Amino acid sequence: MSNTSPLKIVVVGHVDHGKSTLVGRVLHETGALPEGKVEYLKEVCDKRGMPFEWAFVMDALQAERDQGITIDTSQLRFHTGNRPVLIIDAPGHKEFLKNMITGAASAEAALLVIDADEGVQEQSRRHGYLLHLLGLTQIAVAVNKMDLVEWSESRFHEVEAEIRAYLGGIGVIPTHVVPVSARGGDNIATASTKSPWYQGPSVIGALDGFSAAASVTDLGLRLPVQDVYKFDHRRIIAGRIESGRIKVGDRLVFSPSGKSARIASIEGWAGSDISVVTAHAGQSVGVTLDEPIFVERGQVAHLAEGAPALAHEIRARVFWLGRDPLALGDRLKLKLATAEYHVEVAAIERVIDVEDLGSHQGAQVGRNAVAEVVLRSRGAMAFDSFGDNARLGRFVLVHGYDIVGGGIIAQALDNRNIFQVDHQVTTESRARANGHKGGVLWLTGLSGAGKSTIAMELEKRLFQKGWQINVLDGDNVRHGLCSDLGFSHEDRTENIRRVGEAAHLFARAGMLVITAFISPYRADRDRVRSIDPQAFHEIHIATDLEECERRDPKGLYRKARKGEIADFTGISAPYEAPENPELALNTDGKSVEETVSELVAYVEAEFGRNAVESRSA
Amino acid sequence: MMNDLDQLEAQSIYILREAFNRLDKIAMLWSIGKDSNVMLWLARKAFFGHVPFPVLHVDTSYKIPEMIEFRDRVATEWNLPLIIGQNKAALAAGMSPEQGRVTCCSALKTEGLKALLAEHGYTGVIAGIRRDEEGTRAKERVFSPRNDTNEWDVRDQPPEFWDQFKTDFAPGTHLRIHPLLAWTELDVWRYIAREGIPVVDLYFAKNGRRYRSLGCAPCTGSIASTASTVDEIVEELETTKTSERAGRAQDRESEDAFERLRAAGYM
Repeated sequence: MSNTSPLKIVVVGHVDHGKSTLVGRVLHETGALPEGKVEYLKEVCDKRGMPFEWAFVMDALQAERDQGITIDTSQLRFHTGNRPVLIIDAPGHKEFLKNMITGAASAEAALLVIDADEGVQEQSRRHGYLLHLLGLTQIAVAVNKMDLVEWSESRFHEVEAEIRAYLGGIGVIPTHVVPVSARGGDNIATASTKSPWYQGPSVIGALDGFSAAASVTDLGLRLPVQDVYKFDHRRIIAGRIESGRIKVGDRLVFSPSGKSARIASIEGWAGSDISVVTAHAGQSVGVTLDEPIFVERGQVAHLAEGAPALAHEIRARVFWLGRDPLALGDRLKLKLATAEYHVEVAAIERVIDVEDLGSHQGAQVGRNAVAEVVLRSRGAMAFDSFGDNARLGRFVLVHGYDIVGGGIIAQALDNRNIFQVDHQVTTESRARANGHKGGVLWLTGLSGAGKSTIAMELEKRLFQKGWQINVLDGDNVRHGLCSDLGFSHEDRTENIRRVGEAAHLFARAGMLVITAFISPYRADRDRVRSIDPQAFHEIHIATDLEECERRDPKGLYRKARKGEIADFTGISAPYEAPENPELALNTDGKSVEETVSELVAYVEAEFGRNAVESRSA
Repeated sequence: MMNDLDQLEAQSIYILREAFNRLDKIAMLWSIGKDSNVMLWLARKAFFGHVPFPVLHVDTSYKIPEMIEFRDRVATEWNLPLIIGQNKAALAAGMSPEQGRVTCCSALKTEGLKALLAEHGYTGVIAGIRRDEEGTRAKERVFSPRNDTNEWDVRDQPPEFWDQFKTDFAPGTHLRIHPLLAWTELDVWRYIAREGIPVVDLYFAKNGRRYRSLGCAPCTGSIASTASTVDEIVEELETTKTSERAGRAQDRESEDAFERLRAAGYM
C-alpha cells in the first residue's frame, strides 16, 4: 500500500492533437479503468455509429462527445508500477484556455502532446509558454499520431527540433521527446516495434522520470491568516502554513500591520487530546497568541527574520482571461493567498507574443494574452517575488464576480519604503498608496491663454495614468461654491481665496488639483501659496496679450475693446504676472499636445513616484 | 512529513474554512453515507470541535431505515444542528421510482434540496462528491456556481487555480462547495480506518453481500463481498476493478442520465 501523494501531471497541447486519447490509452494500459468501462464505451460509440474512441474515458460530457473536443479539465489516478500519478487532462481549444490553466496550475510536471503530421501549432506554443509561467519546468513531449506519417524518423526529428527550439527560447529543456501513436498504443507503456530507431523511454517511462515538487518547509515561514475563531474561550488564528514551520514560543510578526506576539499554543480539536508543539508547510493549523493583538484575515504571519516584501506597487507577469481586454487604469481586485487588495493597472509595460516570443508596446491586453504590467494597490501588500517563494508570489485578478486572470510577481517597485501603517493616515501614506503626491497646480494667465484647455487635457492624461486628479475652474466653482460672488476686485479676491482653500483640502486628501483661473492679483495667489507652500506650484501660462486677443475664443476681447465689459483683465484691469513661478509655459507656436506633454513631464518629476520615494526615503 | 491522507485532510480543512469565511450563509449536505460522514468529521477538525453551520438531510422517504437510525443517533452524539427537508408535495402525489428513476431522483432529491435552499436562503452548500465517482463529477470545481434555478453550466465553468476559489457571485445564485473532490473511494475508507469515523452498518458484509454506495432502498443494490470490517473493505478496494456506482441504477438509464441530473441541480 502506497501512502505517498500522487505526482500530478498535466497533459497539454493544441486542439485535436490527441491528448484525451493518449490519457485514455495510458489509463487502459496501466489497468486503471474499472471493469466493463471499455465495453461500455464501445457500446456508446456503436450507438453513435462511430469507431471506438479512447478520448471518451475523459471526455464524459455530451457536448465533448458530440463535438469531439475536450471542454473542461478532468483528472484520474493511476499507478505506473513505480508510483501513483494523478493525470490531469486539459483542453487544447483556445476557447477553453481558462480550463487548461485550471488543470495545469496544480501540476508538478507536464506532458506536451504534438501531432506528428500538423507539427507545432499555436496552442502547443501557448501552452508551453503558460506552463513555464506557472512555474512548471519538467516537461516531456509526446509526438503523437506517428501512424499518420508512417512512423517516419525524419518527420519525428523535424517536429522534435521545432519544439526543442521553442521551449529552449523560454529556458525549458524537455526531459524526453517520445514518438507515439495513442490510438494504436505504440510506445505508451512498452517500446513499439514500429520505431526501432527510437531508443528512449515509453510515455509511462517518461512520466516515471519526473520528480516530485521540492518541499517548501525549508523556506521562510509564511502563514496567511484565513480566519480568527472565537467558538469558545479560545481565540484561534486559523490558516494554512504555506512555507516554513512554526513551534510554540515562536514570535510571529503579522504583515502588513507589523504587530507581533508569541505562539502560546497550537490547537487541536476538542475530540483529540494530542498536544502539538510544532507544525510545518502544508498543514492547516490554528494557533493562540500570548498577547491580544489585532489580527485579521489577509495578514501574513512570519518570523522577524526573512520577512516578506511590503509595497504598494508590483511589477507582474499576467495572463488575461477576461472577455474584455485589460486596459491601463482598470481597477481590479487582486487575491493573493488570503488577502484581497484593490489595485489599478498603472502601466502595461509590454505585451508578449507567445508565437514568436517577441514583445510589443500595447495600451491593452487581449483575452488569453500574456503581459508585463505594473499594479498599484491602495493599501500596502505583503508578498514574495515568485522566484523567492511561489506560494506568496502569485495572485488572481477578479473583476465583478469573475476571476479574469492570474499573475506572478517579478518584483516590488517601491520596496525601499518598507514601513508600518500607522493608525493615522498621513500625507506620506496617502502618497504611497496613490503612487504620487497630492498638491495644487495653479495655472494663471490671461483670458484666452489656454488655461482651461490645458487643464482638461492634463487631467485626462494623468487620469489615464491612474492619478487621483481633479480640475477646479471658473465654471464649476462659480455655479456652486462661489455662486454668490460677482467680478469686483473684492469678489475676485474672495473667489480665489475659496478656490485656494478648497484646492488645498483636496491636496491634503492626496489628490493633485489643477486650477484654471486668471487670478490676476499677485497678492491673491501668494495668499493661496501660504496655505501650504510645499504643495503649491504656480504655473504661468505665459501666452501674451497680442496672441490672446488674436485667439479671442469667446469674443470677450472684442466686447471689452468696445467697452461692453468693464474691468476686463489686460484691457481695463491689470494682470500681475508671477515673478517667480515654479514653471512658465510659452504656448506661442505650440500645439496643446506639446504644451501638455511638457506639463506632464514636470508633474511626474515633481509629484510622481520618484518624488514620493525621495521625500520619504 | 505528511502522507497522502494528511495532505487531503489539510486541503479539505482549508476549503471548509474558506467557505465558512467567504460566504454569508452556508450549510452542509449530509446523505448519511461514508463520504458525508468524513466531511462532518473534517468540519469538526477545521472548527476545533464545532460545526458552525446547519447540516441538511434531504429525506426521500425511500432511504434504508438503518440510515435514518444512524442519522438520529450521530446527530445527538455530535450535537449537530440538523435540518431535515422533504418534498412532501411530490410524495403526496405518489412520486416513486416506478415513475422513472431519473424523474424520481429529480423530484425527491433535487427538488427537495432546491426547496430547502430557497426556504433558508443559503448562498453556499457543502456537498461530499468526489472526482473519481463519475465522469461529470471529475470535471467539477471545488467552488462550483449554480444559477438562480440551481443549474450547473458545465460548458462554462469558472477558472479555479492556486486555491483561489470563486467566492463572488450575483445575488440569487449560489455555490456548491466540494471539499472531498480530490479524494478517492479508497482514500475515504483509509481515512475512516485511521480516524475511527462511524459509518452505517450496511457497508459491512453480511451473508456474503454488502452495500458499497448508499442511496434509496429501491435504487441501490448490494455487491457480493466478504468484507465485514473497515480494514477488510480497504483490502477489497485495493484490488477491485468494479466501479463504485455500479450498484446505482439511476446512472445507467441513458448515456447522459447522470449529466442531465447534475446539470439540473443534483449533487
